Amino acid sequence: MGAARDPGAGRGYGFMMFGFLLLLVGSYIGLFRAPTEAFMGDVYRIMYVHVPTAWNTMLAFTFAFFCALLFLFRGDFKWDSRHEAAVEVGVMLSGLLCMQGSLWAKPTWGVWWDWDPRLTTTAVMFFSFAGILALRRFVDDPVKRATWSAAATIVAYVDVPIVYFSVRWWNSLHQMQSSPETVSAPFLIPLRTNAFGVLFLMTGLIMLRARVAALRLEQELAPPLPPPHAAPSLQPEPAR
Amino acid sequence: MTPDRNASAVAASGLCRRYGRRWALVDVSFDLGAGSALMIAGRNGSGKSTLLRLLATAIRPDRGSARVAGHDLREARDQVRRNVALLSHHSYHYEALSALENLQVAARFLGKDAGRPALLTLLEQVALADRADDSVHTFSAGMRKRLALARTLLQDARVVLLDEPYGELDPPGFRMIDQLLDVLRKRGVSVLMATHLLERGAAMCDHGLVLDAGRLAWSGPAAELPRAEA
Amino acid sequence: MRDLLAALHKEALLQWRSRAQLLAVFVFGATSLLLFSFAVGPHAELLRENAAGFLWLGLLLASTLTLAETYQAEMEQRALEGLLLLPASPPALYYGKALSNWFQLTLLGSGLVPLMVVLYDANVPRPLALFAVIALGCAGLSAPGTLYAAMTHQARSRQTLLPLLLFPLVVPVLIASVKATSLLMTGDPMGQLRPWMLLLACFDALHWSLCGLLFGRVVED
Repeated sequence: MGAARDPGAGRGYGFMMFGFLLLLVGSYIGLFRAPTEAFMGDVYRIMYVHVPTAWNTMLAFTFAFFCALLFLFRGDFKWDSRHEAAVEVGVMLSGLLCMQGSLWAKPTWGVWWDWDPRLTTTAVMFFSFAGILALRRFVDDPVKRATWSAAATIVAYVDVPIVYFSVRWWNSLHQMQSSPETVSAPFLIPLRTNAFGVLFLMTGLIMLRARVAALRLEQELAPPLPPPHAAPSLQPEPAR
Repeated sequence: MTPDRNASAVAASGLCRRYGRRWALVDVSFDLGAGSALMIAGRNGSGKSTLLRLLATAIRPDRGSARVAGHDLREARDQVRRNVALLSHHSYHYEALSALENLQVAARFLGKDAGRPALLTLLEQVALADRADDSVHTFSAGMRKRLALARTLLQDARVVLLDEPYGELDPPGFRMIDQLLDVLRKRGVSVLMATHLLERGAAMCDHGLVLDAGRLAWSGPAAELPRAEA
Repeated sequence: MRDLLAALHKEALLQWRSRAQLLAVFVFGATSLLLFSFAVGPHAELLRENAAGFLWLGLLLASTLTLAETYQAEMEQRALEGLLLLPASPPALYYGKALSNWFQLTLLGSGLVPLMVVLYDANVPRPLALFAVIALGCAGLSAPGTLYAAMTHQARSRQTLLPLLLFPLVVPVLIASVKATSLLMTGDPMGQLRPWMLLLACFDALHWSLCGLLFGRVVED
C-alpha cells in the first residue's frame, strides 16, 4: 500500500539512502583513513561534516528563496510546498551547523561560541527562518500563509549577506580564523564524498517533506465543488 | 484595458469562492444592464456578501470571471475599483478620527474636494452634519452606517454595491436610503443591493436574484422575488 | 504623488490622535533603560561603555509596540481594505505608514538620549551626528517592521510573532547603530564611523525598496 500508492516517495527515500551511504563511506575515510592535520590534531575531523553541512545549509535556503520567488510570480502551490520543505530542512541544518561549530570551538578555543562571522550569520539565519516557520504555523488561511512566508523568506534571504558583513566587521577586532580555508588533496576525497552525501540526504528530505506539505495543501485548498442542482444557473437579464 | 462599451453593468460568469474548505459561492452567473438595480436575497450565509465583495475586488474569485463596469475583475482590478463603490458590513472607518476627517482621508485618495464645505454638504445628506467633528468611536451603529453611506456616495461610482444598507438604521434612515437609491437611479448608476427586506427591496429594484448555499436559486423581475422566496 | 500625500495626511491625523500612546511607549523604553542598569549593576565605567547598546536595545523593544499599534487602527473596521478599494496604491500606503513609523521611532530614540546621558553618564559631543545615526537606524527598523506588522497583525499570537520575525532580520541595524553610536560617544580615532553609517544606509535602501514592493502582495487577497 505504501510505496505503490505514493511513487514519488520512493525517489525521496532512494535519495536519502544513497546520501546516507555516501556519508557512511566519507565519514569512515574521514575518521579513520585521512591523515591527522598538522596544527589541529584530530579535532579537525569535524570539518568532514561541518563543511558539507555548511554548503548544504546555504543551498537549502537558496532553494527556498527561489521557491518563494516562483510562488509569488507563478502562484503555483507546488512551489509553496517546496518552499516549506526547504525552509524546514534549512533550519534543521543550520541548527546542526551551530552545534557542530560549538563542538569545534570548545576544544579549539576553549569557548562554546566565538562569534566567528560565518557561524554567527548561520545563527541569525536559524532564527530568521525559524521565525518564518512560526509564521506559517500561526496563519490558517493557506493562501495568506503561502504569500506571507514567501515574502518573509525573500526579505530574510536578501538580508543574509548584510548580516555576514556586519558581523565580520563587528568581529574584526577579534581576528580568529575558525574554520580551515584551504584544504589540500588528501582531505578532499572524504570532504567531497560527505558533501554529496549530505546533498543527497537533504534532497531526499526536501522531496519527502514537500510531498507531505502538498498533500496537506490538497486538503486545504481544493475540496471538490458540491454537485450542481437541477435549476439552471445562468439567467441573463435583459439590458436596460 | 479598454472598457467594454456594451451596456452591461455586471457580467458574471461561473463565479466561485471558497473560505477554507467551504464553498461560499458556486457557479454564479448573471448579467445586469447598465443603470439597472438588482436585488440579491438569500438566507444568512448564502453568499450575498461574498458576491458583493468579489464584484468590488475586495477578494478574488477562485474560479470564474466577471466584468464590472466594463472591466475584467482579474485583469483590470484598479479600473474596476475606480468605477465601483462598496457599502460593506465593515464600515472602513478610523475609529479615532472624526466623521469629517474620515471623509477627508477618502476624498484625498479619490482626488476629490476634501474641503470642509463640500464634505459637510455630503454629511448633511446622511443627517450627520451636526456630528461632523465627533470621533467615530462615539457613534452608534446607525450613525456608522450613515457615515459609511456618505463615504460610498463620495466615490461617485458607476456601479454601487450595497450590503444590507437598511441594517442598523431606523425608519428615517430607511427613507434616507430609499431617497438615495432614487437619486442614484436617476443618475444612471447601476445598483446591486443585498437585503433581507424583501418587499422594500423589490419596490426599489428592477431585477432580483436569490442565493441559496452559494448557488443561484432563482432570478427574475424584482417584483416577483418576495413570492419566490416564500 | 497624490496617494502618498493622502497616506501621509492620514498617518499624521492618526498619529496626532494617538499621541498619548507614544508617550506610553516612551515610558516603556525609559523603563527598559532603567532595568538594564539594574541588570548590570552600579558600575559607572561599565554602564558608560555599553550605553549605546542599552539605548538601541531599549529602542528595539519599544519599536515592536509602536509598529504593532499602527495596524490596530487599520484593522478595527478594515479601514485599510477600504482604502485599497478606492483604489489607493499599496506602495503609497506602505511608504506612508513606514515614514510615519520612522518619524515616531526617531522621536522615541531622540527622547531616550537624554535619559541615556543621565543614567549611564554618557556624553554626546556630536548631537547632530547622533541624531543622524538614530534616524538611519530607525529607518532600518521601520521598513521591515511595517511590512511584518501588516502580516502578523492578522495572524494568531501576533505579539510574539512580530519580534520573532523582526529581531533576527535587524541584527545588522543593531550592530551598525550601536557601533556608530558608541564611536560618536567615546571617540573615533580610526575613522570607522562612516563605513558603519554606510552599512546602515545600504540596509535602509535595500529594505525600503524591497518591502515596498512586497507590501501589495501581503495586504491584498
